[in-house]
Amino acid sequence: MIDLSQTSSQTAQKSSTRKPFSLGKTTLTVVSVLTYMFLYIPIIILVLYSFTTDAFGARLTGFTLSWYEQLWRDQRLMGATLNTLYVAFVSMIVSTIIGTMTALALERFRFRGRAVYDAFLYLPVVIPEIVMALSLLAFFSFAFNLIRQLTGIQLRNGLATVIISHIAFSISFVVIVVRASLRGFDQRMEEAAYDLGANSWQTFWRITFPLILPGIIGGGLLAFTISLDDFIISFFTTGPGTSLLPVEVYSQVKRAVTPKINAISTLMLAVSMTLVVLSQVVQRPRT
Amino acid sequence: MNDGIAIELDDIVKSFGDVNAVDHVSMQIRDGEFFSMLGPSGCGKTTTLRMIAGFEFPTSGRLKIHGKEMGNTPPYRRPVNTVFQSYALFPHMTVAQNVAFGLEMKRVPKEQIKERVQKALELVRLPTFGDRYPRQMSGGQQQRVALARALVNEPEVLLLDEPLGALDQKLRKEMQFELKRIQEELGITFIFVTHDQEEALTMSDRIAVMNAGRVLQIGTPTEIYERPNCRFVADFIGESNFIEGTVRASNGQYATIETSDGLEMQGYTEQPVSVGSSVVLSLRPEKARLSTVNGNNSQKHEANTFPAKVERVSYIGSDTRIIVRLASGRTIDVWEQNTRSTLDRDAYWQPGEAAILSCSVENALILTS
Amino acid sequence: MAIETVPPPASHEALSQQRRARERLKVFGLVFPGLFWLTFFFALPLVVIFIYSFLTPGPRGDVVWIFTFDNYARLFTESLFVNAYIRSIWLGILTTVICLIIGYPLAVFIAQAPPRWRTILLFMVLIPFWTNFLVRTYAWMIILQNNGLINWIVTSLGFPRLSLMNTQTAVLIGLVYGELPFMVLPLYASIDRFDFTLMQAASDLGASKFRAFTRVMLPLTMPGIAAGSVLVFIPTVGQFVVSDLLGGAKVDMLGNLLQRLFTRANPPNWPLGSALALMFMLVLMILIVFYFRSTTEDDR
Ligand SMILES: Nc1ncnc2c1ncn2[C@@H]1O[C@H](COP(=O)(O)OP(=O)(O)OP(=O)(O)O)[C@@H](O)[C@H]1O
Ligand SMILES: [Mg+2]
Repeated sequence: MIDLSQTSSQTAQKSSTRKPFSLGKTTLTVVSVLTYMFLYIPIIILVLYSFTTDAFGARLTGFTLSWYEQLWRDQRLMGATLNTLYVAFVSMIVSTIIGTMTALALERFRFRGRAVYDAFLYLPVVIPEIVMALSLLAFFSFAFNLIRQLTGIQLRNGLATVIISHIAFSISFVVIVVRASLRGFDQRMEEAAYDLGANSWQTFWRITFPLILPGIIGGGLLAFTISLDDFIISFFTTGPGTSLLPVEVYSQVKRAVTPKINAISTLMLAVSMTLVVLSQVVQRPRT
Repeated sequence: MNDGIAIELDDIVKSFGDVNAVDHVSMQIRDGEFFSMLGPSGCGKTTTLRMIAGFEFPTSGRLKIHGKEMGNTPPYRRPVNTVFQSYALFPHMTVAQNVAFGLEMKRVPKEQIKERVQKALELVRLPTFGDRYPRQMSGGQQQRVALARALVNEPEVLLLDEPLGALDQKLRKEMQFELKRIQEELGITFIFVTHDQEEALTMSDRIAVMNAGRVLQIGTPTEIYERPNCRFVADFIGESNFIEGTVRASNGQYATIETSDGLEMQGYTEQPVSVGSSVVLSLRPEKARLSTVNGNNSQKHEANTFPAKVERVSYIGSDTRIIVRLASGRTIDVWEQNTRSTLDRDAYWQPGEAAILSCSVENALILTS
Repeated sequence: MAIETVPPPASHEALSQQRRARERLKVFGLVFPGLFWLTFFFALPLVVIFIYSFLTPGPRGDVVWIFTFDNYARLFTESLFVNAYIRSIWLGILTTVICLIIGYPLAVFIAQAPPRWRTILLFMVLIPFWTNFLVRTYAWMIILQNNGLINWIVTSLGFPRLSLMNTQTAVLIGLVYGELPFMVLPLYASIDRFDFTLMQAASDLGASKFRAFTRVMLPLTMPGIAAGSVLVFIPTVGQFVVSDLLGGAKVDMLGNLLQRLFTRANPPNWPLGSALALMFMLVLMILIVFYFRSTTEDDR
């Protein structure tokens, strides 16, 4: 929800005037270190236990890479992981495009119903996810029923319904992030471009887009994270034949877990961290 | 075809809601002219400029550039370029890329772009700065880049909105000189917005003085200063003593008025004034003269002479500024140039000293209110 | 010289109408995709469950188109639902308060770190969230379960085994862990904007550190506290995974009831579930509006 690159550059200026404030500096440090430990111990455990030889993943009994090997051969789990990544990717692309367009309309134009639409956009953020998930479940079943009665075609929940739902959930978040970066954008840049002979299209792609790109990337990353992290909406909108990683984990956890779950989580963690670091590197020279 | 007129505003009105930011403005700006718009904050200078550039559209009235009606023409199809007050350089492009932008939009061939960019940078004396980013340059340098970016397109008219506003005094003076040099070198029409009267007076061929959305007077710097056509202009440009009164006699060029405090004064008028009308007489402090009571100067024979008493004296280096009080109780500001160099206190006026205030008829300007 | 044919100047109204038409087209193009998507896949689904909530459950988990208020009546009369509401909101408040108590010092710590460190420290708050929510909850199962990490340590030290799983404490730990970043990020944003010299000014005027904190810093960072609280509270109350996995279905939250009504009950009861979900949404909205009103009044 926070564009890290922006806050850091903005705070950099202020720091010169900021004197160290000694409200129990050591207490603060100790509490913070403990909090970071609270945040990281489960993650470290998760990673460590992906190398355990204990078949139930409950103890560290020895080191092995066999879970990664087995994971590779586990069609079901690999399929679920790929599905999850695919859903997150498509949902990120679509919601970033739609969200950016919406943000542009709201920041740049006055139009009738703008205030109402603005308020409406916040609803998906404040409505509990489970309500949204259940309403989508009901909606799809209702709509598919209707379609079957009208055309005789039976549609089922699957990847498409999950993607559609994730996009509906993410758009608002993208809009919030992109709008923040549009608000910090000096509109005279655009006027300067028009003045130099660029039309609206050229101005957008040569000036506006590169300058708000950090915000768009931030919004996209948020959409990707939301989709990757989501369980509730995925759980209710996926269909019987389609497995997604969190749904798969949920059903395995309820029965019997193997450290394969740890292994796949470790891999996903590595992938997403690489993505984040890369995106930061890409953004740096621009800001 | 266009009789040497670069820009023509014909009865332009621009309103934002209820406010008329620009209120029935008409003016003609000639080819190759350095034209300034001068006025207090909020008087509509920027709005006028933005309408010429095409960022705003008039509510009514007509705007022509080189005889061509602009109507709905968007900014990118107008033969004018703008230098923005805050420069508006593109932060994600180097200086050279910034300058090349307009040419790229016009699809000028690559080799030509390179050449013209280099020439433009030379013109603003930054030939080696092409690879830098705007944030790596000082305010004055950024200002020059903004200028080069506009000039490289060879616009017929260049619009400058307080381009020197953000620079310090010394740099400002330097850039004023540079701007003037470039304008003369290229012969482009400059429309220059400022609220610094000195800047407008030194640089312009003609000045339009604006207030509250209206153009009050258009003229050369000398005309504006020496023959202001209303009290606002006389007050806004330079300083003035204003004396209200009623016309007692008039013969076209000259008129005699009786002031509100019972003095009789003679002054010069541009337009004939009718007897009995109320007017205001403007007297520039540097054009009033002060002489000793017993000296026998020729000034005593001038039409306007009044006994006065020196009330306050402030020495400010080049001038001495004196406030005198007339018998009627009215105070008048007088500036005397310090032409002699002396430490002798008696060489200057002393508070309480009696004096004779005088001014020639030509210097007492009668303005209709 | 050729005679130029100058088209008669169009009237200003016609010109500005052209401009407005062009602008309207642009706005429409930009707004349409988002409006379409959210209307179809956000607003319409809510309408569907609104309608369902007044229908009668059928014998095979389907709905019968007979209008009734029964579903809503059951929500207010059956203790199962009333208790779940109370428990969910209570757990939500507890989680929010704990997140605030843990998150505030952390946000202050990050805001006072040297500039170069701030981004890194913030990122470190986010990194655990680059795994799936479910995986994170599962990690706590490894730690808390009967033969898990804590009990392994405890028993190897010679103490008796602790039963941590399937308790309210376990649920609370899982909830706090899951939502903490949503508290830290908005808190950081508003503490970062806070001018710490104000604290020096306050102590200069004779305020104790505690008074300076409660009278100056707390009110000025209230927007962050409000935003963070809402961002933590809403998803917490709607949870069902944490209470399912760490609470062992012993600790029923609204989310668990909803999940059961929609998918696991035999037969599923969608009308009742719809009514429960909508009521839940309504209660949350009212709570949030009151909360925002009270925090913004504190501001003045
Ligand atoms: N987009 C706008 N919406 C509403 N009012 C505006 C707008 N632009 C300008 N105005 C108003 O029009 C008037 C003229 O503004 P303008 O910017 O032209 O003044 P200016 O002469 O350039 O002043 P300054 O010297 O301060 O730059 C002001 O009263 C201003 O408040
Ligand atoms: Mg202005």
